Amino acid sequence: MSVTTLDWVQVCRLDDILPLGARVLPAAKGEIAIFRCSDDSVFAVRNRCPHKHGPLSEGIVHGHKIACPLHNWVIDLETGEAAAPDIGCMPKLPVRVEDGVVWLGMVAA
Amino acid sequence: MSAGKLLQHDLTERGISFFTNGQTEMVTGTDRVTGGKLADGREATADLVVVAIGIRPDTDLARTAGLDVNRGIVVGDNMGTTDPDIFAVGECAEHRGQCVGLVAPIWDMARVCAHHLAGGDAMLYAAQATATRLKITGIDVYSAGQLAAGEDEDEIVLRDRRRGAYRKLVMRGGQVIGTVLYGNVTDGDWYFDTIKRGTDVSDIADRMILGRAATQAVDVATPLDIAAMPDDTQICGCNGVCKGAIVDTIKARGLTTYDEVKAHTKASASCGTCAPLVREVLAATLGIEVAGPTVPTVCKCTACTHEEVRAAIVSQSLKTQDAVRQAMGWTTSGGCASCRPALNYYVLCAWPGEYQDESRSRFINERVHANIQKDGTYSVIPRMWGGTTTAVELAAIANVATKYDIAEVKVTGGQRLALYGVKKQDLPAVWGELNDAGLVSGHAYGKALRTVKTCVGLEWCRFGTQDSTTLGKRRERMTWGNWTPHEFKMAVSGCPRNCAEATIKDFGVVCVDSGYELLVAGNGGIVLGGTDRLCTVATEDEVLEYAAAYMQLYREEARYLDRTAPWVERVGIEYVRSRLIDDAHGRRALHQRFLFAQSFFQDAPWAERAKQGVDASEFQPLAARN
Repeated sequence: MSVTTLDWVQVCRLDDILPLGARVLPAAKGEIAIFRCSDDSVFAVRNRCPHKHGPLSEGIVHGHKIACPLHNWVIDLETGEAAAPDIGCMPKLPVRVEDGVVWLGMVAA
Repeated sequence: MSAGKLLQHDLTERGISFFTNGQTEMVTGTDRVTGGKLADGREATADLVVVAIGIRPDTDLARTAGLDVNRGIVVGDNMGTTDPDIFAVGECAEHRGQCVGLVAPIWDMARVCAHHLAGGDAMLYAAQATATRLKITGIDVYSAGQLAAGEDEDEIVLRDRRRGAYRKLVMRGGQVIGTVLYGNVTDGDWYFDTIKRGTDVSDIADRMILGRAATQAVDVATPLDIAAMPDDTQICGCNGVCKGAIVDTIKARGLTTYDEVKAHTKASASCGTCAPLVREVLAATLGIEVAGPTVPTVCKCTACTHEEVRAAIVSQSLKTQDAVRQAMGWTTSGGCASCRPALNYYVLCAWPGEYQDESRSRFINERVHANIQKDGTYSVIPRMWGGTTTAVELAAIANVATKYDIAEVKVTGGQRLALYGVKKQDLPAVWGELNDAGLVSGHAYGKALRTVKTCVGLEWCRFGTQDSTTLGKRRERMTWGNWTPHEFKMAVSGCPRNCAEATIKDFGVVCVDSGYELLVAGNGGIVLGGTDRLCTVATEDEVLEYAAAYMQLYREEARYLDRTAPWVERVGIEYVRSRLIDDAHGRRALHQRFLFAQSFFQDAPWAERAKQGVDASEFQPLAARN
């Protein structure tokens, strides 16, 4: 049995992300986009649309969804999946917000 | 040249040699074949000889049985031979002097034969016209029915040697009884259908040889026959979707609406020109009528139309997006990626100076005042008033391009210099340096006033009638920073030679000796369309008043993402004239409302971000954590 351990790291404060905005976190395996929705829930996905690799961080946040800035694919931030009829998904990273600090769960090396 | 000759010609070009009208005298070679020799002395070398002489019925058994045999076994309309206990069908049978080697008529024969074997006597076989299509890559030949005219029959022939096309119709009275097509065979199925139905085509006989489209140009009531369209016909050029793919998707997924078809196949999802055709394919596949476009709603969050929403924003003094969504019964609390930019524009347009623009409801380009490119970098395009620049500005652009390692500098169609490949985090610094040289945002990214293109006009040109460059600059100074339902482009040409291409702009001016011709609603984009003439005015100030009034009318009444061309097509140029020409008081009011809005819109978006820290976090990535 394999056990995946998460390293929880602080990435920023909630206030560092504009409401309905996003921030980009550079990472070894490619950028991570961190979104703040209107209800202050925070989501993190790889910053690369499954369609043509558009930077999702630049899209319009609506509900718990993001519209890609290049061709308007809509990705559900809760599941990482593209809205039908488009088909594709994004690796989604675990996030938690505690005392106004955004923590990201990275898979331990 | 007949179809046969054209075919021979095309096949010869593919490296096949023909020896027609020859009789084979001998096959040469001792141990194996080396070639063939014709009676007239012509010779050809060969590694292989294939003998093929078409189908000859094997009639020995029938002959021995004492049946009448010509080329094939003679049968009557009931498929019976001359012996009432013996029937014949298929390639061995000769019906009314004809032997056939195709499958379709043989099925018919079998049906008739079975009917009589089962004791019936009513069903009789009648030879039907058949169609054949030769399948060689790049060569299309189609033939149907009778291939040559007999007595009292006519042939209509169209030869286009240069394009390698040929078509022949064999006519009897007002009916088509046969056809041969070579080159373009797309009308084959239509001709064949006409032959089979025995349709009286007297009314269109003169145009029929030109094909279905030519007859439809006059007879518009004839619907386009989607069923006859081959599956590999491309419907959507933008996304490369053919008819077969659309039909298959409709069937596989049980689609019933145009929007579903568009979403699943992407046909008509880009430029939209083929939307009517996609609707027709859907209708043909479902076998029902598909409703044409209705007045669209703002988005799927609401059942309200753009017009209803815009009217309510004004009449109910709705001054925030939330107020609009509540008043109009939106089904989502925060809207979606489609309606948020639309509402942001509508409220901003109705309440300039009062509405707080929501940058989060703007598309990335308008949010960061640069154009996102496919690799996630940005282009930066400073304004060049009327397409003019200076040595100082050029030096600043050159310095920025060098300092920030900008991949490409390109002259745009709107007479601007564009810097491509700027990294997002470099944008504020790039803008700061451009600002220092006096360059400001060109709004090349926005649903906004884009550019005013000009020619040099009276000042330099020997044909120039007015100072088109100065007029262009004045118009750009008046209109820059303005937000519109979609991008808005202008131009001024100094004479009717129209070097600034003013006749394909949203608002164009062509200078003439007596003044200025005002032209509206042109488009050089997806659907090329020339402008409509609005009127001619005598002074530059009048040009500015009309330009502002026209732009304001468009701002207040068009739907978000409508360019001026489809908007004017919908409301009619007469309506625009009635508002701008017939109603001088209304025109001046529009002009004033435009200038009032401009008192809020003419800010400096680059300077705010480069020097005042506006949206600073937008441009900075977080510090990496590893």
